[in-house]
Amino acid sequence: MSAGAALRESAVPQRTTLAPGQTPDADVVEPIVRVDQLTIRYGDFEAIKRVCLDIPPRRVTAIIGPSGCGKSSLLRAMNRMNDFVPGVRVEGAVIFNGQNVYAAECDPVELRRRVGMVFQRPNPFPKSIFRNVAWAAQMNGYRGDINELVEQSLRRAALWDEVKDKLSLSALALSGGQQQRLCIARAIALQPEVLLMDEPCSALDPIATARIEDLIDQLKSQYTVVLVTHNMQQAARVSDRTAFMYMGELVEVDQTNLIFTRPGNPRTQDYITGRFG
Amino acid sequence: MSAAPALFQPRLAQRRLLGACFHGLCLLITLVGVFVLFLLLALVFRIGWKYLTWALLTNEPSFLNPAEGGIRIALIGSVLLVLVAAVVAVPVGVGAAVYLEEYARKTRLNQLIQLNIANLAGVPSIVYGMLGLAIFVRWLRFDRSVLSGGLTLAILIVPVVIIASREALAAVPNSIRHAALALGATRWQMIRHHVLPAALPGILTGVILSVSRAIGEAAPLIVIGAAAFIMPGGGVDTASLFGWARWLREALLAAGFTALPIQIFDWSMETDPEFQDLAGSAIIVLLGTLLSMNALAVGIRAWQQGGKTR
Amino acid sequence: MTRTSLRLREGAIKLLLQGCALLSIVVTLGIVWVLFTQSIPFFRHVAATEFLFGTRWAPLLTPQSFGILPLLCGTTLIAGGALLLAIPIGVATAVYLSEYAPPAVRQVAKPVLEVLAGVPTVVFGYFALLFVTPYVLRPLFPSTEIFNAASAAIVVAIMVIPTISSLCDDALRAVPRSLREAGFALAATRLEVSTRVVLPAAMSGVVASVLLAFARAIGETMAVSIAAGASPTLTLNPLRSVQTMTAYIVQVAKGDAPADSVEYDSIFAVGLVLFLMTFLINVAAQRVLARFREAYE
Repeated sequence: MSAGAALRESAVPQRTTLAPGQTPDADVVEPIVRVDQLTIRYGDFEAIKRVCLDIPPRRVTAIIGPSGCGKSSLLRAMNRMNDFVPGVRVEGAVIFNGQNVYAAECDPVELRRRVGMVFQRPNPFPKSIFRNVAWAAQMNGYRGDINELVEQSLRRAALWDEVKDKLSLSALALSGGQQQRLCIARAIALQPEVLLMDEPCSALDPIATARIEDLIDQLKSQYTVVLVTHNMQQAARVSDRTAFMYMGELVEVDQTNLIFTRPGNPRTQDYITGRFG
Repeated sequence: MSAAPALFQPRLAQRRLLGACFHGLCLLITLVGVFVLFLLLALVFRIGWKYLTWALLTNEPSFLNPAEGGIRIALIGSVLLVLVAAVVAVPVGVGAAVYLEEYARKTRLNQLIQLNIANLAGVPSIVYGMLGLAIFVRWLRFDRSVLSGGLTLAILIVPVVIIASREALAAVPNSIRHAALALGATRWQMIRHHVLPAALPGILTGVILSVSRAIGEAAPLIVIGAAAFIMPGGGVDTASLFGWARWLREALLAAGFTALPIQIFDWSMETDPEFQDLAGSAIIVLLGTLLSMNALAVGIRAWQQGGKTR
Repeated sequence: MTRTSLRLREGAIKLLLQGCALLSIVVTLGIVWVLFTQSIPFFRHVAATEFLFGTRWAPLLTPQSFGILPLLCGTTLIAGGALLLAIPIGVATAVYLSEYAPPAVRQVAKPVLEVLAGVPTVVFGYFALLFVTPYVLRPLFPSTEIFNAASAAIVVAIMVIPTISSLCDDALRAVPRSLREAGFALAATRLEVSTRVVLPAAMSGVVASVLLAFARAIGETMAVSIAAGASPTLTLNPLRSVQTMTAYIVQVAKGDAPADSVEYDSIFAVGLVLFLMTFLINVAAQRVLARFREAYE
């Protein structure tokens, strides 16, 4: 099998100036997603403040930080799921494959087909397992063999062996960990280029969590994964790069082993050693 | 497997167009409701304007000359009926709601009661009329009186009062209950002094809406036999309280009464279009009453929600 | 107050309140008892099989005939026609209010629908007779009779639209946000999320709302008495005059049939059929609703 989500050749945008005090992401040469001076406000509240972040392709990027630091807001800006929050205002840009996703000509539906998402709590549709995986692909005009796609997606989500005999059963009959893997299968059935994961293990037990973490590790051979987590061990285990956010600001981003061994910023140091959070 | 983009043909433009059409269609359909209400009001006003005079309210009905016809007796009938209905239905309904919300455990009996109340709310109003006819008119020998009609309407609206009051009681936060109980109040003291006052605006809204339902009901009253136009007890001795009481007693028990919706029905079915115009005027009075009650309920709800956010 | 008297009072109050709640059971039993016992005299004159399967309803003619099918036909024609109109309109309104409408529009539309639900049915009958038939139906279908099933069905539809839209709206809004998010994140448009995720997930609530609306339409009295007329006809032609079960009861109550005559007793038999029909539909609706609540609350 060749590469699933082939990257598009795209003009790499010019590097913009970074906010004062921010480390330029020098080692990301060709980012697939570039967050550029992004500010998000909910009413008067500034959830994200002038954040710049480059996401490298086919790597796992973890975003960590205490609750309320804006990490979910940042993640949801990448596929415009923030659009549904009443009173939200976005400034700056999120560049995906050379196009600003907040530009008027960008269709959020097309964006979300190429930037998939997995949520905090498993949220399978009250339909059969098969329909859960096939639904979005069919709607988006999948031209291949749908049975094959469902099998392939479930295999990649490491769920096939458990459900292959009961594809027509309701997805709600699965366990929490299985449901979450089904949600991952459902997301990758659309063959996205980027997979956003918003604390995907927070509602799961340790065994289910370990399975999802293994899965994330396998997924990065084909997909770009952005993982929001409040669990530092998880970030250390599965990610290649880690970004630390605090109070709506991106404090630091670097290779994961560097962040956890030699953080450049005292606040990162405090957070990963458990002094707050 | 080939490159991803070629695998999908999302037909975005088509879906976007379809979505916009659907949005427009749903909006249009929602406006139909508003439009129909407007149309109804416009029609009624255009027709009923002609006889909408002070005399309409004070005249007694006439079968010969529509211009002299009025709704005085129907109005008195409606007011008395609704009074009887409210006096009976509100305490019983609120009491049942308090029991179900504050006392009842999840026993079989209580679940049966709840299911039964939901079912009663869906029983056709005319069936209540038959119940009233058998129980109040024939068995208790209240005759075809305002009392029979009022009691029938009371039974009809009790489920509505219960359902609305339960909602209001359920909306009272548990912290209020815990605080009262922690201060040594008994269950009833807690309900009487803390829960009921907090739920009062909601209960009031429900009561107003159920009473306005009673005002508009005609079917059960027709079954009971409201038809005769007999003015109860002659005149009122307004000078003394005793005079009022005697009048009230006679008015409640006198055989034969009418009410506003019945009057409207009768006039609508007349072949002379003049009477249909007169029915339009009566409808204006009826709708005016109901709309102001509705506005009152909406106002109470808004005031209560304003109080919550403050 | 001493502790014993306080406890006595508490107990008495609880008993009183429980009595209020139990009254509702008494009412239901009362309805069943009244309808059964009062229709016994009727069934002494008319065989139950003739009543249930007879195709001619002519209580005022000689020879009298009491076959309820024409009344059932009139009732179903009007209630069915009303639902045919009200289901698409009510569901679309609910989808709009729950999935599309900005909060400001919602705040206006909900009270308007409530007012519509509060308009007395006799007013709708007037509307049917003086507007729907002469200005809508007759220009389109000149053969329309003055009293006809179609005008009744239209106004009954208007009456039950708020029932459907408000209950459907509740059901749609009870569908968790996370399901909508899942749909959007999978590159669905709002139309697709609304009709293929939210609506199916709320389907049992929608079904319950339709059942309740059906029961209401069957029991609707004044509007159909005014609009549909009083000729019990076994027809499916909506432009003809028909009589419903409820309209027949009104006709007899309005008339001067002596209290011990067969036609007077017949209203209880008809009422019994009416009650049983609506009761069964209501129980079914409550069942479906309970299952829906179990899934989402």
